Amino acid sequence: MSATPATATPGRGSLSAETGVARAWRWLREHAVNIVAVLVVVYLLIPIVVIFVFSFNNPAGRYNFTWVGFTLSHWSHPFSNTELTNALLMSLKLALLATVISTIIGTMMALALVRHSFFGRRVTNFLIVIPMATPEVVMGASLLSFFLILGTPALGFETLLIAHVMFCISFVVVVVRSRLIGFDRSLEEAAKDLGADAFTTFRLVTFPLILPGIFGGAMLAFALSIDDFVISNFNAGSTVTFPLYIFGAAQRGIPVEVYVVAMILFFGTVLAMGFATLQQRRAERMTAIRPEQEESDIALPGIA
Amino acid sequence: MAAAIRRRSVAYFLLFPGAFWLIVFFVIPLYFMAKLSLDTEIPGTLHYHFTWHWDNYKEALELYDTQFVRSFIYAGIATFLCLVIAYPLAYVIAFKAGRWRNLMLFAVVAPFFTTYLVRTLAWKTILADESPVTEFLHAIGLAPNSHILYTAVAVIAGITYNFLPFMVLPLYASLERIDVRVLEASKDLYASASSTFWKVTLPLSLPGVVAGTLLTFIPAVGDYINAEFLGGANNRMIGNVIQSLYLTQSNYSSAAALSFVLMAVIMVVVFVYIRFAGSEALMGQEAV
Repeated sequence: MSATPATATPGRGSLSAETGVARAWRWLREHAVNIVAVLVVVYLLIPIVVIFVFSFNNPAGRYNFTWVGFTLSHWSHPFSNTELTNALLMSLKLALLATVISTIIGTMMALALVRHSFFGRRVTNFLIVIPMATPEVVMGASLLSFFLILGTPALGFETLLIAHVMFCISFVVVVVRSRLIGFDRSLEEAAKDLGADAFTTFRLVTFPLILPGIFGGAMLAFALSIDDFVISNFNAGSTVTFPLYIFGAAQRGIPVEVYVVAMILFFGTVLAMGFATLQQRRAERMTAIRPEQEESDIALPGIA
Repeated sequence: MAAAIRRRSVAYFLLFPGAFWLIVFFVIPLYFMAKLSLDTEIPGTLHYHFTWHWDNYKEALELYDTQFVRSFIYAGIATFLCLVIAYPLAYVIAFKAGRWRNLMLFAVVAPFFTTYLVRTLAWKTILADESPVTEFLHAIGLAPNSHILYTAVAVIAGITYNFLPFMVLPLYASLERIDVRVLEASKDLYASASSTFWKVTLPLSLPGVVAGTLLTFIPAVGDYINAEFLGGANNRMIGNVIQSLYLTQSNYSSAAALSFVLMAVIMVVVFVYIRFAGSEALMGQEAV
């Protein structure tokens, strides 16, 4: 008995005398952290459940805050409110364009930072971190100052696009860069040994391998853009995106369709996430097929 | 030599569009805002001219010092609550979740998939006067007037909820990186569970604590949605002030001055904090 290490079971000897209450108490203490974690997960999910439930609500007034009764009418006509639908389409268009532009620009930047040494590297790193460490109000306000003083372009879709690309770039760089850092350079060397030029190597080896990273960066950019309120609030002029529509509506009554659309966006994102995870697994399998791996692992310390 | 020059020009070519965009649309606007914050308005015209008018700062701070201090207090409390709530979750995901790990990580990011404003509106329902949550809190004596909405408690609760994932993810990332054998060694040397935690796990996860705290605190200070939707007239934060000065009162100089002070104070807090915590964890680890 005494051979068991004194880890998790101090006082086991007096087990027979333990009452039911004491046993329950001990179980609770041993699993306390798990219980807390589960409670936190519930806490994280509660508002989503509330949104889902209230998308079936049939509110009496213009606000959808208290439960009145069940109806499917909002789910059967989610796009009946033209103002809301136009705002949603505007958001999608904006997010799509901002994602494409920021993903291309951000990926190029990440490649430069990981693959090349150049003068001004630290400054560039700083330039990328600072927007992420700046509160959105400050970014929105300064960009608005800029557009106001220049007087051009007029506030609207263009200024929104400029702003969204601006705050997405840093996040794309960070995601793509982390993928590039874990990249096995010997695959590229192999391609070059086999006679591929730099561009072909990039197209056939590098690009497919960092594609999940690029895709992850693009998804993050899309999520940030479609959900952005603060910076858009400052730079939209009279253009209305989905979050801006909700903000405006909050003062005069919120149609239930807002909750329906929020849930549709939620399920859409979940599907996209699932797809991205599959992609990631495929890419991991692609790099995993390397029969010489074990050998090189053993050989390496000797060389070093 | 020629190859080296070519490689370098490739680097600048790759770098150019991003650097251009960030300089023109992030750095230069900050300069414009700095200029605006020192301008005087030509009376009644909405036009400004530059006069080194430092009084803009003095006046703005005298008028809005309450909201300023309040923002830092709310954000500070919310950040602390996030840390306390997030740590057990991150710990369990990193060490105990097993096959539930991905599902729990999904739960952490799931709130991001619903629109930020709708999420906050949901809290309006949850904290409404006749809701079960409010009634429960009233029953156990935490909501004396059975009234939570439009108070500081509601605003802080909203901020805590909305920025919680920013705390969980970096915490998880740093806990997950801990070599389990180190923890086992601690146990083998007869450390109790709690001293293993305080002397080994927690210090090793400190980079995550620092990163998570900053990632939560910075957006929380500048936030104005929670105060707008969940707070009352006495809970307005500095973000609300800047927003309304810019967008409804067109008092650009004061708003610009406030934005600048906000950014400056955040920078100071961040630098002092990083010094104090002795870590360079703010995401920008030098690329290898």
